[in-house]
Amino acid sequence: MPCWIRESEWGSEDVVTEQQDGEHSPVEPVEPAALEGENAIELSEVAGLSQGQIVRRRFFRHRGAMLALAVLALIIVLATTSVGWGPIPGWWKWSHTDLVPQTPDDGPTMSLRPTWLGGAGIRLGDHPFGVDNELGKDMFALTMRGVQTSLTVIIVLGVLSTTIGVTVGALSGYYGKWVDAALMRATDVVIVIPLLVITAVAGFALGLSGIWPVAVALGVFTWTGLARLVRAEFLALREREFVDAARVANASDRRIIFKHILPNTVGTIVVSTTLLMGAGLLTEAALGFLGFGVRPPEVSLGTIVNQYQGAFGTRPWLFLWPGFFIVGIVLCLQFIGDGLRDAFDPRQKRIPSRKDLERGNDPISEQEGLPAEAAIHRVPGGSE
Amino acid sequence: MLIYIARRLVAGVFVMIVASFILYLLMTQAGDPLAFTLTIQNPTQRQAVIDEVTNTLSLDVPPVERYFDWLTRLVFQQDFGLVSTTQEPVSSELARRVPTTLKLVTAATVLSVIIGIFTGVITALRQYSGFDYLVTFVTFVFFSLPVFWVAVILKDWGGINLNDWLRDGAQFSTTFVVAMALLFAVVGASFAGGTAVRKAAIGAACAVIAALVLAWVSATQWLLDPGFGFFGFAVITTAVVVGVVAVMAGLANRRALIAGGVTGAIGVVSYIPMQAVFDNPINVWQLFGWLAIALAVSTAVGYIVGGYDKGQAARTAGVVAVFCGIVMVVDRMMQSWAEYSAEPVIRNRPIKTIGDGEDRLDGSFWVIADNTFSHLVLPTIALMLISVAAYTRFSRSSMLEVLNQDYIRTARAKGLTERTVLVRHALRNALLPLATIVAFDISGIISGAVITETVFQWEGMGTLFIDGLREFDPNRVMAFFVVTGAFAVVFNLLADVAYAVLDPRIRVGE
Repeated sequence: MPCWIRESEWGSEDVVTEQQDGEHSPVEPVEPAALEGENAIELSEVAGLSQGQIVRRRFFRHRGAMLALAVLALIIVLATTSVGWGPIPGWWKWSHTDLVPQTPDDGPTMSLRPTWLGGAGIRLGDHPFGVDNELGKDMFALTMRGVQTSLTVIIVLGVLSTTIGVTVGALSGYYGKWVDAALMRATDVVIVIPLLVITAVAGFALGLSGIWPVAVALGVFTWTGLARLVRAEFLALREREFVDAARVANASDRRIIFKHILPNTVGTIVVSTTLLMGAGLLTEAALGFLGFGVRPPEVSLGTIVNQYQGAFGTRPWLFLWPGFFIVGIVLCLQFIGDGLRDAFDPRQKRIPSRKDLERGNDPISEQEGLPAEAAIHRVPGGSE
Repeated sequence: MLIYIARRLVAGVFVMIVASFILYLLMTQAGDPLAFTLTIQNPTQRQAVIDEVTNTLSLDVPPVERYFDWLTRLVFQQDFGLVSTTQEPVSSELARRVPTTLKLVTAATVLSVIIGIFTGVITALRQYSGFDYLVTFVTFVFFSLPVFWVAVILKDWGGINLNDWLRDGAQFSTTFVVAMALLFAVVGASFAGGTAVRKAAIGAACAVIAALVLAWVSATQWLLDPGFGFFGFAVITTAVVVGVVAVMAGLANRRALIAGGVTGAIGVVSYIPMQAVFDNPINVWQLFGWLAIALAVSTAVGYIVGGYDKGQAARTAGVVAVFCGIVMVVDRMMQSWAEYSAEPVIRNRPIKTIGDGEDRLDGSFWVIADNTFSHLVLPTIALMLISVAAYTRFSRSSMLEVLNQDYIRTARAKGLTERTVLVRHALRNALLPLATIVAFDISGIISGAVITETVFQWEGMGTLFIDGLREFDPNRVMAFFVVTGAFAVVFNLLADVAYAVLDPRIRVGE
């Protein structure tokens, strides 16, 4: 039998096993009469959709995550286009290296209060976030550069630590025994070595400057949590029937890991990578603040905060703006992570609102002729 | 079980040795430990210092050999070596810094556990309510705050500006009172259940109470010379009695209510004689002695009036006594606040932003206590923000998980009161996984808080580490690593063992 036919047969086998694989399968044939109200509502919504479609739908319905996604996109666009990034030209008049002429009023010129309310009108002005007269820096350009640095760091960190973490976790969880023991002890070693030492050494001993040593060091040393999560998932999944079926059918280890088990852990991986990137941004900023992160002449949000912490009492804008951007980006990532977690969680149920039920959008009470009130009392947490 | 513990310990030691080897080699590559000598002008003096540091850190020996020298001395002589810059033993540095760090991080951890569990459980009980969403949002914001940024802001607003405001008479502006009243209205309304009218009424009541309290605090300049006084103490004690009895036994349980009430009454009556006791020279151990007496008296009261369920009444009365004692001590600390602020070394700027205590202060036990408090308050807040958020999330999800279990439905079905179901069946089981997390957290306590200690200039473990790293001194960094690593290994093991002991469903060592 030619090789490709076997492969395609395996492909279809995968689909079947995935569907039999209880908790990820939303379209199990269940008797409607045996259902509780909220289950039926949930099922009637997802009937006939693929796993990806269901997740996407749930994610798009999460208002907080959608708002966060929009804000994050706005921050990225602002940081990329304003002072320019690589080939992208910037529209802002200063860059972070420009020497800005002294201005008598060094406060922020951005105003959001229109003239008819007694403000200066909606405008950006010359220095929307203020200006540092001592070093001649435009704070907007400096902050945008810091955002770019921080974004670079967390993207590198996300890619590196996901790759390493998933590989280590998958190998450890799938093979078990001495592979597991060795990899988990190695993970323990990585956990206990302080990050500060790593970045300090990466900067000094390797003679590297700029953002790459920090980004790579963070990526190579923050995968431990993800590895443990993925390992736990693999430990549970490798005992399942669909893995046994694959093994009986002579699938290779590689195939079982990548085609059968890994797709089932995507939820965990995506969610924790998002949260990891948020935490990574905070770590990078903290390292920059302590002087062990990104080194001058490069700037990151942490180094700007460190540089201007003394100015907080007199010129707070120098200190506050970079902080706002840290909080903003991390908060967005948190909400996106939360939305993703809800979307991937197979136990997640949408609680139909009281209004939905009263309006009669409840397919079950229509089907079974239940009054809407009866359905309300079945909603967990809704009526207590 | 014993085999499991032994295996874990051996693995822990193995991990520590490998990690310390890597860390030592990294430290030797981190920079030039002699860099600080460049500031010495006199060449002969500089050469002397260079020789000294070379000798202390064995810079003439290859790094790998140096590591094994260090390890041998540590294992066989418990010798951590000398600090490169000052030539003092690292162990004496450790002895000085560990208590400082414990002081800082213990307070923050204990408070965040209590507050976090409290909010988490309430949000779980009020799932999908306005309060739940509000708390969820706030925890997300806390998770996103960079500690160093918050710490600098706290130093400025909570330290300098608050001290200025206290000096200017400690009076709230009308705008502030209105804003706070609105805040309380929103929190109160989101917290209340039921119809919109009920929510609005509770929100309005919260706003009015908050506004009245703030106006009174402002008008009497209470914050300059705080204290509850006899009547304040009586009111608080009554609230404590009602609250504790409601949670622990239910107000319908007359026996428990009587036991709590009698204990509270004894507390109120003893308020005035206790002031005389507090005014005499006293120390922490005597305070604990008085607490033990209070506990003995209250449990005896509970036992006598308890009727058929003596244990429950005794427990309730004991908890009431502990709370009364805490309130009484806090009240006495408040009474010394004005005296503390007026001390010449404090100069009416009571909230401190630097260090862990004012050494030059020479006052009574209570003034010193106020001194410790005023140095602790800002760094504790900075440290607490994140861990409160974490504990809130943990206890919320843990409580929700338990509330969805079948045995909770069974408990309700057999007619238990909601209080019994929630406190006895749900809360106790929800706290089990938290025990692990707390034990886990305690292992991190000793490592201190590098950033908070740096910003507030505490001389703790975190700054020992960071200073060692800045001066490329392997001795200090390795000492920090050995102490914190040993704590981590032991407490992580304890966490797992404790979980297995508390929860029979979990079995370890398979």
